[in-house]
Amino acid sequence: MHITAEHVITFIEQVATTIKAQRDYLTQLDSAIGDADHGVNLDRGFTTVLTKLPGVADKDVGTILKTVGTTLVSTVGGASGPLYGTAFLRAGMATGDRFELGAADVITALEAALEGVQSRGKSARGEKTMIDSIGPGIDALKEANAAGEDFISALRKGVDACEAGMRATTPMLATKGRASYLGDRSIGHQDPGATSAFLMAQALLGVVEQL
Amino acid sequence: MKKLINTPEHVVKEALAGMADAHPDLITVHYDPDIIVRADGPIQGKVGIISGGGSGHEPMHGGFVGKGMLDAACPGAIFTSPVPDQMLAATKAVDGGKGVLHIVKNYTGDVMNFEMAAELAAAEGIEIATVITNDDVAVKDSTWTAGRRGVGVTVLLEKIVGAAADTGADLAEVKRIAEKVNAQGRSMGAALTSCTIPHVGKPSFELPDDEIEIGVGIHGEPGRRRIKMVSAAEITALLTEPILEDLPFGSGDSVLAFVNGLGGTPLIELYVVYNELTKILKDRGIRISRRLIGNYITSLDMAGCSITLLKLDDELTTLWDAPVHTPALRWGV
Repeated sequence: MHITAEHVITFIEQVATTIKAQRDYLTQLDSAIGDADHGVNLDRGFTTVLTKLPGVADKDVGTILKTVGTTLVSTVGGASGPLYGTAFLRAGMATGDRFELGAADVITALEAALEGVQSRGKSARGEKTMIDSIGPGIDALKEANAAGEDFISALRKGVDACEAGMRATTPMLATKGRASYLGDRSIGHQDPGATSAFLMAQALLGVVEQL
Repeated sequence: MKKLINTPEHVVKEALAGMADAHPDLITVHYDPDIIVRADGPIQGKVGIISGGGSGHEPMHGGFVGKGMLDAACPGAIFTSPVPDQMLAATKAVDGGKGVLHIVKNYTGDVMNFEMAAELAAAEGIEIATVITNDDVAVKDSTWTAGRRGVGVTVLLEKIVGAAADTGADLAEVKRIAEKVNAQGRSMGAALTSCTIPHVGKPSFELPDDEIEIGVGIHGEPGRRRIKMVSAAEITALLTEPILEDLPFGSGDSVLAFVNGLGGTPLIELYVVYNELTKILKDRGIRISRRLIGNYITSLDMAGCSITLLKLDDELTTLWDAPVHTPALRWGV
Protein backbone atom coordinates (compact mmCIF):
# COMPACT_ATOMS: atom_id res chain seq x y z
CA MET A 1 0.00 0.00 0.00
CA HIS A 2 1.35 3.37 -0.98
CA ILE A 3 -0.25 6.76 -0.79
CA THR A 4 1.00 8.85 -3.68
CA ALA A 5 1.20 12.60 -4.02
CA GLU A 6 -1.85 12.35 -6.27
CA HIS A 7 -3.79 10.63 -3.47
CA VAL A 8 -2.76 13.38 -1.09
CA ILE A 9 -4.23 15.95 -3.49
CA THR A 10 -7.45 13.92 -3.60
CA PHE A 11 -7.46 13.80 0.21
CA ILE A 12 -7.16 17.58 0.46
CA GLU A 13 -9.93 18.03 -2.11
CA GLN A 14 -12.13 15.68 -0.07
CA VAL A 15 -11.41 17.67 3.10
CA ALA A 16 -12.41 20.86 1.30
CA THR A 17 -15.65 19.26 0.08
CA THR A 18 -16.50 17.89 3.53
CA ILE A 19 -15.76 21.18 5.30
CA LYS A 20 -17.96 23.04 2.83
CA ALA A 21 -20.79 20.53 3.29
CA GLN A 22 -20.47 20.63 7.08
CA ARG A 23 -19.77 24.36 7.31
CA ASP A 24 -23.04 25.30 8.96
CA TYR A 25 -22.90 22.31 11.31
CA LEU A 26 -19.41 23.29 12.50
CA THR A 27 -20.45 26.90 12.91
CA GLN A 28 -23.51 25.79 14.85
CA LEU A 29 -21.34 23.71 17.21
CA ASP A 30 -19.06 26.73 17.59
CA SER A 31 -21.92 29.11 18.34
CA ALA A 32 -22.81 26.99 21.37
CA ILE A 33 -19.41 27.31 23.05
CA GLY A 34 -17.24 29.58 20.89
CA ASP A 35 -17.73 32.47 18.53
CA ALA A 36 -19.71 30.95 15.66
CA ASP A 37 -16.98 31.10 13.04
CA HIS A 38 -15.29 27.69 12.88
CA GLY A 39 -17.11 26.42 9.78
CA VAL A 40 -16.97 29.75 7.99
CA ASN A 41 -13.25 30.21 8.69
CA LEU A 42 -12.19 26.68 7.70
CA ASP A 43 -14.32 26.84 4.56
CA ARG A 44 -12.66 30.12 3.58
CA GLY A 45 -9.26 28.50 4.11
CA PHE A 46 -9.86 25.26 2.23
CA THR A 47 -11.62 27.07 -0.61
CA THR A 48 -8.38 29.03 -1.08
CA VAL A 49 -6.36 25.81 -0.71
CA LEU A 50 -8.27 24.36 -3.69
CA THR A 51 -7.02 27.20 -5.87
CA LYS A 52 -3.42 26.42 -4.84
CA LEU A 53 -3.52 22.67 -5.54
CA PRO A 54 -3.07 22.84 -9.35
CA GLY A 55 0.23 24.66 -8.76
CA VAL A 56 1.63 21.79 -6.68
CA ALA A 57 -0.02 18.86 -8.50
CA ASP A 58 3.34 17.56 -9.75
CA LYS A 59 5.21 18.23 -6.52
CA ASP A 60 6.27 15.94 -3.66
CA VAL A 61 3.95 15.24 -0.71
CA GLY A 62 5.90 17.53 1.61
CA THR A 63 5.48 20.50 -0.72
CA ILE A 64 1.77 19.80 -1.11
CA LEU A 65 1.16 19.59 2.66
CA LYS A 66 3.31 22.65 3.39
CA THR A 67 1.37 24.62 0.77
CA VAL A 68 -1.87 23.59 2.47
CA GLY A 69 -0.42 24.66 5.83
CA THR A 70 0.82 28.07 4.76
CA THR A 71 -2.45 28.74 2.92
CA LEU A 72 -4.49 27.90 6.02
CA VAL A 73 -2.28 30.09 8.19
CA SER A 74 -2.75 32.94 5.70
CA THR A 75 -6.50 32.69 5.27
CA VAL A 76 -8.29 31.11 8.24
CA GLY A 77 -7.47 33.37 11.18
CA GLY A 78 -8.84 32.73 14.64
CA ALA A 79 -7.29 29.86 16.57
CA SER A 80 -7.98 27.19 13.98
CA GLY A 81 -5.80 28.90 11.34
CA PRO A 82 -2.53 28.64 13.28
CA LEU A 83 -3.47 25.21 14.65
CA TYR A 84 -4.45 23.45 11.41
CA GLY A 85 -1.85 25.46 9.51
CA THR A 86 0.88 24.30 11.86
CA ALA A 87 -0.46 20.71 11.68
CA PHE A 88 -0.18 20.57 7.89
CA LEU A 89 3.16 22.41 7.88
CA ARG A 90 4.69 19.97 10.37
CA ALA A 91 3.23 16.97 8.50
CA GLY A 92 4.79 18.35 5.33
CA MET A 93 8.16 18.87 7.00
CA ALA A 94 8.05 15.29 8.34
CA THR A 95 7.19 13.95 4.90
CA GLY A 96 9.90 15.81 3.07
CA ASP A 97 10.43 15.22 -0.62
CA ARG A 98 8.75 11.81 -0.83
CA PHE A 99 6.31 11.10 -3.65
CA GLU A 100 4.92 7.97 -1.97
CA LEU A 101 4.05 7.28 1.65
CA GLY A 102 3.89 3.91 3.40
CA ALA A 103 2.03 3.28 6.65
CA ALA A 104 5.03 4.30 8.78
CA ASP A 105 5.38 7.59 6.86
CA VAL A 106 1.71 8.41 7.39
CA ILE A 107 2.02 7.75 11.12
CA THR A 108 5.15 9.92 11.33
CA ALA A 109 3.37 12.73 9.50
CA LEU A 110 0.30 12.51 11.75
CA GLU A 111 2.43 12.49 14.89
CA ALA A 112 4.30 15.56 13.67
CA ALA A 113 0.97 17.26 13.02
CA LEU A 114 -0.27 16.46 16.53
CA GLU A 115 2.97 17.66 18.08
CA GLY A 116 2.59 20.92 16.13
CA VAL A 117 -0.96 21.46 17.38
CA GLN A 118 0.06 20.75 20.96
CA SER A 119 3.00 23.14 20.93
CA ARG A 120 1.20 25.93 19.06
CA GLY A 121 -1.88 25.64 21.27
CA LYS A 122 0.07 24.92 24.48
CA SER A 123 -2.55 22.29 25.12
CA ALA A 124 -2.80 18.64 26.10
CA ARG A 125 -5.50 15.98 26.06
CA GLY A 126 -8.60 16.42 28.17
CA GLU A 127 -9.02 20.16 27.56
CA LYS A 128 -11.89 19.83 25.05
CA THR A 129 -9.95 20.56 21.88
CA MET A 130 -9.08 18.93 18.55
CA ILE A 131 -6.28 17.12 20.38
CA ASP A 132 -8.92 14.97 22.06
CA SER A 133 -9.90 13.42 18.74
CA ILE A 134 -6.52 13.48 16.95
CA GLY A 135 -4.59 11.96 19.88
CA PRO A 136 -6.67 8.81 20.44
CA GLY A 137 -6.98 8.38 16.67
CA ILE A 138 -3.20 8.22 16.21
CA ASP A 139 -2.85 5.92 19.22
CA ALA A 140 -5.31 3.41 17.78
CA LEU A 141 -3.77 3.60 14.31
CA LYS A 142 -0.30 2.98 15.71
CA GLU A 143 -1.43 0.12 17.90
CA ALA A 144 -3.21 -1.70 15.05
CA ASN A 145 -0.28 -1.06 12.71
CA ALA A 146 2.20 -2.40 15.26
CA ALA A 147 0.00 -5.49 15.69
CA GLY A 148 0.51 -6.20 12.01
CA GLU A 149 -2.92 -5.21 10.71
CA ASP A 150 -3.13 -3.97 7.14
CA PHE A 151 -3.19 -0.21 6.73
CA ILE A 152 -6.86 0.14 5.82
CA SER A 153 -8.07 -1.75 8.84
CA ALA A 154 -5.58 0.08 11.09
CA LEU A 155 -6.77 3.42 9.71
CA ARG A 156 -10.41 2.39 10.27
CA LYS A 157 -9.58 1.75 13.92
CA GLY A 158 -7.85 5.10 14.08
CA VAL A 159 -10.84 6.93 12.63
CA ASP A 160 -13.19 5.07 15.01
CA ALA A 161 -11.04 6.16 17.96
CA CYS A 162 -10.99 9.67 16.56
CA GLU A 163 -14.80 9.66 16.46
CA ALA A 164 -15.01 8.28 20.00
CA GLY A 165 -12.57 10.97 21.12
CA MET A 166 -14.71 13.62 19.43
CA ARG A 167 -17.82 12.36 21.24
CA ALA A 168 -15.90 12.23 24.51
CA THR A 169 -15.39 16.01 24.32
CA THR A 170 -19.12 16.55 25.01
CA PRO A 171 -18.98 15.98 28.80
CA MET A 172 -15.59 17.72 29.10
CA LEU A 173 -15.01 21.10 30.74
CA ALA A 174 -13.22 23.43 28.31
CA THR A 175 -10.04 24.95 29.74
CA LYS A 176 -8.52 26.32 26.53
CA GLY A 177 -9.71 28.84 23.98
CA ARG A 178 -12.82 30.94 24.06
CA ALA A 179 -15.00 28.06 25.25
CA SER A 180 -13.12 28.15 28.55
CA TYR A 181 -14.90 31.40 29.49
CA LEU A 182 -18.16 29.43 29.71
CA GLY A 183 -16.81 27.40 32.63
CA ASP A 184 -19.34 24.70 33.51
CA ARG A 185 -21.59 25.90 30.72
CA SER A 186 -19.12 24.37 28.22
CA ILE A 187 -20.10 20.91 29.47
CA GLY A 188 -22.65 19.13 27.28
CA HIS A 189 -21.44 20.50 23.95
CA GLN A 190 -19.27 18.66 21.43
CA ASP A 191 -16.08 20.52 20.58
CA PRO A 192 -16.10 21.99 17.05
CA GLY A 193 -12.33 21.56 16.60
CA ALA A 194 -12.47 17.89 17.57
CA THR A 195 -15.32 17.57 15.08
CA SER A 196 -13.48 19.14 12.14
CA ALA A 197 -10.44 16.96 12.96
CA PHE A 198 -12.65 13.86 12.81
CA LEU A 199 -14.07 15.01 9.45
CA MET A 200 -10.53 15.26 8.09
CA ALA A 201 -9.67 11.77 9.39
CA GLN A 202 -12.79 10.42 7.72
CA ALA A 203 -11.73 12.05 4.43
CA LEU A 204 -8.32 10.36 4.70
CA LEU A 205 -9.94 6.97 5.24
CA GLY A 206 -12.25 7.58 2.29
CA VAL A 207 -9.26 8.11 0.01
CA VAL A 208 -7.31 5.12 1.35
CA GLU A 209 -10.35 2.88 0.92
CA GLN A 210 -10.40 3.76 -2.78
CA LEU A 211 -6.79 2.63 -3.31
CA MET B 1 -31.94 41.90 10.68
CA LYS B 2 -31.81 45.54 9.70
CA LYS B 3 -28.22 46.58 9.00
CA LEU B 4 -26.46 49.19 6.90
CA ILE B 5 -24.63 46.57 4.88
CA ASN B 6 -24.57 45.51 1.24
CA THR B 7 -23.35 41.92 1.51
CA PRO B 8 -22.10 40.41 4.78
CA GLU B 9 -18.88 39.11 3.20
CA HIS B 10 -17.84 42.59 2.06
CA VAL B 11 -18.48 44.56 5.22
CA VAL B 12 -14.86 44.67 6.40
CA LYS B 13 -13.37 45.64 3.03
CA GLU B 14 -16.05 48.23 2.29
CA ALA B 15 -15.59 49.79 5.73
CA LEU B 16 -11.82 49.90 5.16
CA ALA B 17 -12.40 51.65 1.83
CA GLY B 18 -14.64 54.14 3.61
CA MET B 19 -11.98 54.82 6.22
CA ALA B 20 -9.37 55.33 3.52
CA ASP B 21 -11.64 57.80 1.71
CA ALA B 22 -12.45 59.67 4.92
CA HIS B 23 -8.96 60.07 6.36
CA PRO B 24 -6.36 60.18 3.56
CA ASP B 25 -4.34 62.72 5.55
CA LEU B 26 -3.94 60.26 8.45
CA ILE B 27 -4.04 56.71 7.12
CA THR B 28 -3.42 54.56 4.09
CA VAL B 29 -5.17 51.22 3.61
CA HIS B 30 -3.44 48.33 1.88
CA TYR B 31 -5.35 45.23 0.80
CA ASP B 32 -4.47 41.52 0.66
CA PRO B 33 -3.15 41.38 3.26
CA ASP B 34 -5.40 44.07 4.74
CA ILE B 35 -3.58 46.62 6.88
CA ILE B 36 -4.15 50.23 7.90
CA VAL B 37 -0.91 52.23 8.16
CA ARG B 38 0.01 55.78 9.02
CA ALA B 39 -0.04 57.93 5.91
CA ASP B 40 3.30 59.49 6.90
CA GLY B 41 5.01 56.25 7.99
CA PRO B 42 7.32 54.56 8.51
CA ILE B 43 8.88 57.03 10.93
CA GLN B 44 12.64 56.50 10.89
CA GLY B 45 14.26 56.13 14.29
CA LYS B 46 10.97 55.51 16.10
CA VAL B 47 9.79 52.19 17.53
CA GLY B 48 6.87 50.99 15.41
CA ILE B 49 3.63 50.21 17.24
CA ILE B 50 1.13 47.81 15.72
CA SER B 51 -2.00 46.12 16.94
CA GLY B 52 -4.83 44.15 15.45
CA GLY B 53 -7.72 41.86 16.09
CA GLY B 54 -11.06 40.84 14.73
CA SER B 55 -13.19 43.55 13.15
CA GLY B 56 -16.43 44.61 14.82
CA HIS B 57 -14.79 46.56 17.65
CA GLU B 58 -14.50 49.89 15.81
CA PRO B 59 -13.00 52.36 16.21
CA MET B 60 -10.42 49.94 17.72
CA HIS B 61 -7.89 49.34 16.19
CA GLY B 62 -7.91 51.05 12.78
CA GLY B 63 -9.34 54.28 14.19
CA PHE B 64 -6.28 54.60 16.41
CA VAL B 65 -3.72 54.67 13.60
CA GLY B 66 -2.02 58.01 13.28
CA LYS B 67 0.36 60.40 14.98
CA GLY B 68 0.95 59.60 18.63
CA MET B 69 -0.76 56.21 18.65
CA LEU B 70 -0.56 53.17 16.34
CA ASP B 71 1.64 52.97 13.25
CA ALA B 72 -0.51 50.20 11.81
CA ALA B 73 -3.55 48.07 12.56
CA CYS B 74 -4.46 44.61 11.25
CA PRO B 75 -8.21 44.05 10.91
CA GLY B 76 -9.37 40.42 10.83
CA ALA B 77 -12.74 39.16 9.70
CA ILE B 78 -15.51 40.13 12.09
CA PHE B 79 -14.69 38.75 15.56
CA THR B 80 -11.94 36.61 14.00
CA SER B 81 -8.25 37.19 14.63
CA PRO B 82 -6.24 38.56 11.71
CA VAL B 83 -3.74 36.22 10.02
CA PRO B 84 0.06 36.35 10.41
CA ASP B 85 0.51 37.71 6.86
CA GLN B 86 -1.21 40.90 7.97
CA MET B 87 0.95 41.39 11.06
CA LEU B 88 4.09 40.58 9.10
CA ALA B 89 3.16 43.10 6.38
CA ALA B 90 2.29 45.71 9.03
CA THR B 91 5.53 45.07 10.91
CA LYS B 92 7.60 45.57 7.76
CA ALA B 93 5.58 48.65 6.78
CA VAL B 94 6.19 50.43 10.09
CA ASP B 95 9.73 49.33 10.86
CA GLY B 96 11.79 52.47 11.25
CA GLY B 97 14.90 50.62 12.33
CA LYS B 98 14.22 50.60 16.08
CA GLY B 99 12.07 47.50 16.27
CA VAL B 100 8.33 46.98 16.45
CA LEU B 101 5.99 46.44 19.40
CA HIS B 102 3.01 44.12 18.90
CA ILE B 103 0.01 44.92 21.10
CA VAL B 104 -2.12 41.78 21.44
CA LYS B 105 -5.34 41.25 23.36
CA ASN B 106 -5.37 38.00 25.30
CA TYR B 107 -7.58 35.91 23.08
CA THR B 108 -6.32 32.52 21.94
CA GLY B 109 -6.55 33.22 18.22
CA ASP B 110 -4.96 36.67 18.46
CA VAL B 111 -2.10 35.37 20.58
CA MET B 112 -1.31 32.48 18.21
CA ASN B 113 -1.50 34.52 15.01
CA PHE B 114 0.67 37.32 16.43
CA GLU B 115 3.12 34.70 17.71
CA MET B 116 3.50 33.21 14.23
CA ALA B 117 3.93 36.68 12.74
CA ALA B 118 6.59 37.58 15.31
CA GLU B 119 8.51 34.41 14.43
CA LEU B 120 8.36 35.29 10.73
CA ALA B 121 9.39 38.92 11.34
CA ALA B 122 12.26 37.89 13.60
CA ALA B 123 13.41 35.52 10.85
CA GLU B 124 13.60 38.57 8.57
CA GLY B 125 15.76 40.41 11.08
CA ILE B 126 13.20 42.79 12.60
CA GLU B 127 13.36 43.13 16.37
CA ILE B 128 9.93 42.39 17.86
CA ALA B 129 8.55 42.82 21.37
CA THR B 130 5.06 41.78 22.36
CA VAL B 131 2.71 42.95 25.09
CA ILE B 132 -0.43 40.95 25.79
CA THR B 133 -3.25 42.86 27.49
CA ASN B 134 -5.32 40.91 30.02
CA ASP B 135 -7.31 43.38 32.10
CA ASP B 136 -10.77 41.79 32.28
CA VAL B 137 -11.42 41.05 35.95
CA ALA B 138 -14.62 39.17 35.08
CA VAL B 139 -12.43 36.15 34.37
CA LYS B 140 -11.35 34.95 37.78
CA ASP B 141 -9.45 31.79 37.08
CA SER B 142 -6.53 31.54 34.70
CA THR B 143 -5.83 27.89 35.53
CA TRP B 144 -9.11 26.70 34.09
CA THR B 145 -9.50 29.26 31.33
CA ALA B 146 -7.44 30.83 28.57
CA GLY B 147 -6.78 33.62 31.09
CA ARG B 148 -8.10 37.11 31.49
CA ARG B 149 -9.23 38.74 28.28
CA GLY B 150 -7.67 41.88 26.90
CA VAL B 151 -10.33 44.60 26.73
CA GLY B 152 -10.57 48.33 27.63
CA VAL B 153 -7.00 48.77 28.78
CA THR B 154 -5.91 48.03 25.22
CA VAL B 155 -7.23 51.43 24.05
CA LEU B 156 -5.45 53.34 26.82
CA LEU B 157 -2.29 51.34 26.28
CA GLU B 158 -2.22 52.07 22.56
CA LYS B 159 -2.45 55.81 23.27
CA ILE B 160 0.16 55.86 26.04
CA VAL B 161 2.63 53.58 24.29
CA GLY B 162 2.21 55.52 21.05
CA ALA B 163 3.22 58.66 22.93
CA ALA B 164 6.15 56.86 24.52
CA ALA B 165 7.44 55.80 21.11
CA ASP B 166 7.17 59.43 19.96
CA THR B 167 9.60 60.48 22.70
CA GLY B 168 12.28 58.36 21.02
CA ALA B 169 12.21 55.61 23.64
CA ASP B 170 13.80 52.34 22.56
CA LEU B 171 11.92 49.06 22.21
CA ALA B 172 12.73 47.81 25.71
CA GLU B 173 11.55 51.07 27.25
CA VAL B 174 8.35 51.10 25.19
CA LYS B 175 7.68 47.52 26.25
CA ARG B 176 8.28 48.42 29.91
CA ILE B 177 5.69 51.20 29.72
CA ALA B 178 3.24 48.91 27.90
CA GLU B 179 3.54 46.29 30.62
CA LYS B 180 3.13 48.92 33.30
CA VAL B 181 -0.13 50.14 31.76
CA ASN B 182 -1.44 46.60 31.53
CA ALA B 183 -0.41 45.87 35.11
CA GLN B 184 -2.06 49.02 36.47
CA GLY B 185 -5.36 48.80 34.59
CA ARG B 186 -8.48 46.72 35.16
CA SER B 187 -11.81 46.47 33.33
CA MET B 188 -15.21 44.87 33.44
CA GLY B 189 -18.22 45.08 31.14
CA ALA B 190 -21.95 44.46 31.11
CA ALA B 191 -24.17 43.57 28.16
CA LEU B 192 -27.79 44.71 28.01
CA THR B 193 -28.32 43.00 24.65
CA SER B 194 -26.58 40.47 22.43
CA CYS B 195 -24.94 41.48 19.14
CA THR B 196 -25.45 40.30 15.57
CA ILE B 197 -22.53 39.22 13.39
CA PRO B 198 -23.42 40.18 9.77
CA HIS B 199 -22.70 36.76 8.21
CA VAL B 200 -24.53 34.93 11.00
CA GLY B 201 -27.57 37.17 10.81
CA LYS B 202 -28.99 36.44 14.22
CA PRO B 203 -27.96 37.40 17.76
CA SER B 204 -24.78 35.64 18.97
CA PHE B 205 -26.38 34.65 22.25
CA GLU B 206 -29.79 34.80 23.86
CA LEU B 207 -30.34 37.43 26.52
CA PRO B 208 -33.94 37.84 27.67
CA ASP B 209 -35.41 41.37 27.59
CA ASP B 210 -35.28 41.73 31.36
CA GLU B 211 -31.80 40.27 31.96
CA ILE B 212 -28.22 41.55 31.64
CA GLU B 213 -24.86 39.75 31.52
CA ILE B 214 -22.36 41.06 34.09
CA GLY B 215 -18.74 40.56 33.06
CA VAL B 216 -19.33 40.08 29.33
CA GLY B 217 -16.37 39.86 26.92
CA ILE B 218 -16.09 41.96 23.77
CA HIS B 219 -17.53 39.21 21.57
CA GLY B 220 -20.35 38.40 23.97
CA GLU B 221 -18.42 35.75 25.87
CA PRO B 222 -20.24 35.03 29.10
CA GLY B 223 -19.20 36.83 32.22
CA ARG B 224 -19.68 36.16 35.89
CA ARG B 225 -23.44 35.91 35.98
CA ARG B 226 -26.78 36.91 34.58
CA ILE B 227 -29.06 39.07 36.64
CA LYS B 228 -32.36 40.85 36.25
CA MET B 229 -32.08 44.36 34.82
CA VAL B 230 -31.22 46.94 37.48
CA SER B 231 -30.52 50.70 37.56
CA ALA B 232 -27.47 52.40 36.08
CA ALA B 233 -26.25 53.07 39.62
CA GLU B 234 -26.39 49.38 40.50
CA ILE B 235 -24.78 48.25 37.24
CA THR B 236 -21.98 50.77 37.72
CA ALA B 237 -21.39 49.46 41.23
CA LEU B 238 -21.43 45.83 40.04
CA LEU B 239 -18.74 46.63 37.46
CA THR B 240 -16.64 48.92 39.63
CA GLU B 241 -16.40 46.86 42.83
CA PRO B 242 -14.55 43.89 41.29
CA ILE B 243 -12.16 46.32 39.57
CA LEU B 244 -11.38 48.18 42.79
CA GLU B 245 -10.86 44.95 44.72
CA ASP B 246 -8.61 43.39 42.14
CA LEU B 247 -5.64 45.71 41.85
CA PRO B 248 -6.34 46.96 44.54
CA PHE B 249 -6.97 50.65 44.04
CA GLY B 250 -6.90 52.67 47.24
CA SER B 251 -7.61 56.01 48.78
CA GLY B 252 -5.27 58.66 47.44
CA ASP B 253 -4.81 56.99 44.05
CA SER B 254 -5.25 58.98 40.87
CA VAL B 255 -6.90 57.15 38.00
CA LEU B 256 -7.87 57.48 34.39
CA ALA B 257 -11.57 56.53 34.30
CA PHE B 258 -12.71 55.09 30.99
CA VAL B 259 -16.44 54.54 30.45
CA ASN B 260 -16.78 52.73 27.16
CA GLY B 261 -19.91 51.98 25.15
CA LEU B 262 -20.21 48.58 23.50
CA GLY B 263 -21.71 50.01 20.31
CA GLY B 264 -25.46 50.05 20.88
CA THR B 265 -25.70 52.36 23.87
CA PRO B 266 -26.23 56.11 23.46
CA LEU B 267 -23.66 58.52 24.86
CA ILE B 268 -26.21 60.02 27.25
CA GLU B 269 -26.35 56.70 29.11
CA LEU B 270 -22.57 56.51 29.27
CA TYR B 271 -22.55 59.88 31.02
CA VAL B 272 -25.15 58.58 33.49
CA VAL B 273 -22.74 55.73 34.24
CA TYR B 274 -19.81 58.14 34.50
CA ASN B 275 -21.77 60.21 37.02
CA GLU B 276 -22.34 57.09 39.14
CA LEU B 277 -18.69 56.15 38.82
CA THR B 278 -17.54 59.55 40.09
CA LYS B 279 -19.68 59.07 43.23
CA ILE B 280 -18.30 55.59 43.92
CA LEU B 281 -14.70 56.70 43.47
CA LYS B 282 -15.20 59.85 45.55
CA ASP B 283 -16.47 57.70 48.42
CA ARG B 284 -13.27 55.65 48.18
CA GLY B 285 -11.01 58.66 48.08
CA ILE B 286 -9.88 57.85 44.55
CA ARG B 287 -9.31 60.87 42.36
CA ILE B 288 -10.25 60.82 38.68
CA SER B 289 -7.49 62.89 37.14
CA ARG B 290 -8.19 61.94 33.51
CA ARG B 291 -11.22 60.45 31.80
CA LEU B 292 -12.43 59.06 28.47
CA ILE B 293 -16.13 58.53 27.72
CA GLY B 294 -17.47 57.13 24.47
CA ASN B 295 -17.60 54.15 22.13
CA TYR B 296 -13.97 53.07 21.62
CA ILE B 297 -13.85 49.27 21.96
CA THR B 298 -17.20 47.97 20.83
CA SER B 299 -19.00 44.70 20.11
CA LEU B 300 -20.87 45.60 16.93
CA ASP B 301 -24.40 46.62 17.99
CA MET B 302 -24.28 45.30 21.54
CA ALA B 303 -25.88 47.57 24.12
CA GLY B 304 -23.98 47.95 27.35
CA CYS B 305 -20.77 49.42 28.64
CA SER B 306 -17.44 48.61 30.18
CA ILE B 307 -15.54 50.45 32.85
CA THR B 308 -11.76 50.62 32.92
CA LEU B 309 -9.67 52.17 35.66
CA LEU B 310 -5.99 52.84 35.08
CA LYS B 311 -3.82 53.92 37.98
CA LEU B 312 -1.91 57.02 36.86
CA ASP B 313 1.44 58.40 37.88
CA ASP B 314 3.33 61.34 36.42
CA GLU B 315 4.90 59.26 33.67
CA LEU B 316 1.60 57.82 32.40
CA THR B 317 -0.24 61.13 32.81
CA THR B 318 2.32 62.99 30.69
CA LEU B 319 2.12 60.33 27.99
CA TRP B 320 -1.70 60.34 28.06
CA ASP B 321 -1.73 64.13 27.64
CA ALA B 322 0.71 64.09 24.72
CA PRO B 323 -0.73 65.08 21.32
CA VAL B 324 -2.59 62.43 19.36
CA HIS B 325 -4.07 62.69 15.90
CA THR B 326 -5.99 59.65 14.66
CA PRO B 327 -9.44 59.16 13.12
CA ALA B 328 -10.96 58.32 16.53
CA LEU B 329 -8.83 60.15 19.12
CA ARG B 330 -7.52 63.65 18.67
CA TRP B 331 -6.18 66.25 21.03
CA GLY B 332 -3.24 68.59 21.43
CA VAL B 333 -2.89 69.19 17.68
